[in-house]
Amino acid sequence: MISALKIDNLWKHYGKTPVVKGLSLSIEPGEIFGLLGPNGAGKSTSINLISGVGQMEKGTIEVFGLDNRTQYRQCRQIVGVMHQEIVVDSFFTIDKALKIHSGYYGIPDDPKWRHLLIERLGLGPHLHKHMLKLSGGLKRRFMVAKALIHKPRLLILDEPTAGVDVELRRGLWELVREINSQGTTVLLTTHYLEEAQSMCGRIAIMNHGDLVALEETSKLLSRMPLRKVTVELDQPAKQIPPGLTHFTPLIENDGTRIIFNLSAQQKSLDLFRALEASDLQVADMLTEKPGLEEVFIHLTGLGQKQDNS
Amino acid sequence: MNDSRPFVRWLPFYTLFKKEVLRFHRVFAQTLVTPIITASLYLFVFGATLGERISVLEGFSYAQFVIPGLVLMGVISNSFANTSTSLFMSRYLGNIVDLLVTPLSTTQFIFAYTLAAMLRGLLVGAAVMLISCAFATLPWAYPSWAILMLVMASFLFSQFGIIAAIYSSDFDNLSMFNNFLILPLIYLGGVFYPISILPPFWGGLSHLNPIFYLIDGFRFALLGVGDAPIALSFGITAAMALGLFIWATALIRSGYRLRQ
Repeated sequence: MISALKIDNLWKHYGKTPVVKGLSLSIEPGEIFGLLGPNGAGKSTSINLISGVGQMEKGTIEVFGLDNRTQYRQCRQIVGVMHQEIVVDSFFTIDKALKIHSGYYGIPDDPKWRHLLIERLGLGPHLHKHMLKLSGGLKRRFMVAKALIHKPRLLILDEPTAGVDVELRRGLWELVREINSQGTTVLLTTHYLEEAQSMCGRIAIMNHGDLVALEETSKLLSRMPLRKVTVELDQPAKQIPPGLTHFTPLIENDGTRIIFNLSAQQKSLDLFRALEASDLQVADMLTEKPGLEEVFIHLTGLGQKQDNS
Repeated sequence: MNDSRPFVRWLPFYTLFKKEVLRFHRVFAQTLVTPIITASLYLFVFGATLGERISVLEGFSYAQFVIPGLVLMGVISNSFANTSTSLFMSRYLGNIVDLLVTPLSTTQFIFAYTLAAMLRGLLVGAAVMLISCAFATLPWAYPSWAILMLVMASFLFSQFGIIAAIYSSDFDNLSMFNNFLILPLIYLGGVFYPISILPPFWGGLSHLNPIFYLIDGFRFALLGVGDAPIALSFGITAAMALGLFIWATALIRSGYRLRQ
């Protein structure tokens, strides 16, 4: 089967600094794929190279089997991209600009589809406003509409929900899921990790231009076997009883809360027994699995940096 | 949801061309009316007032002499301004990415910008020519050559506008192309006086000014007299237009200062 997107050994430098170091990955048709990483990881640069805004130095990019250099016209017809930076043409209204964008892709205007996008993205009341009069969130929603106006087979969304309020964010993800269920492959980046966790079947994490992880979201989460157990106490604990010290406890809240981080080898039951055997007055307990945020911090070393700083 | 609408090959070009025309039409007071008023003022000053006391070419009034240069000045300035401003603004504001991600080919990109700029330049030229009828009647010695020269001049300076937009880093840079290169060359290229009346040194130097050949060729086509052979004027203009077109195409194709 032809991949929706196949990147092989992609390299890019800014000056002498490498920003994408031999990136290779492939996305299958119909996937919602997350590309995550801290600022400066190389995500947006990679997206620019895929969409044609950037020029790659080495490597190949294929979209549904079409080389994005030698077959760039066919390739760009089937890619819709929303870049991270808000850029709009201030000369036109939303409605006019969307018609223009459809034409740029060689696709005659489809009023039904245009109106559907306008409605779903909540742009209706602002249709005849000029771009300069739109808020940041509205401009971002317009950019999503622009990326979808020619019904692309591969949709690339770089930080689509930054600066967008919660309700519209939810609406946007609903639309993305719907479009995906109709056959469009989606590549997205976001700093809202809970969104990536709920939206993406597979996730790649980049750091300093390197690909540090690429797995199914569930497998990526299981990479962090740590479980966090929070114990609330009736009376503040003056010190940790000796039987609990090997569960790596952390005292919080003036001694009325202890957080234990259990490794893969440690069983929750052993902790409960040790707690029962101690003189601590347990009021409540909460066990949590690690989320994508913990995995992300672990893989990108962000936590370590913050600890050192 | 994948699209069943057919891909129309010429549509990206037509859309960009239309967008460029809409852009200058939306600010027509600035892009069309202002240059027409400026040229009309020149016509009034040199044609109706001072012109009656000046004679530089035997058999022709000063108004008749100066009109070809003023028409061409309008065409040159506006063709250059349209491509240079529009493309530079797109680069500066970042919305050039809207074009870079689409299936527009280099040829479509260049010709869409060029034709819109030519249209603006020729509209201004036509308006100035029309207004000039109030000041003098021209013999139109070789009308098809006159139209050809207008078309070549607008094409040439549209290409130069594209090149200037790509090399400019800021608005200062861009205005330098117009203020320190195009305007001096136009004024020294024989708009207001025939090169033949200059001392030999300055006359010789003026023959190195490429805009001289455009103005002289156009004047020859309208009045039937000129300082340089007509074939030389048209040949040099055509060669410059081709050279700048190749240069602009190479820049756009390479993505220089457009793609990261």
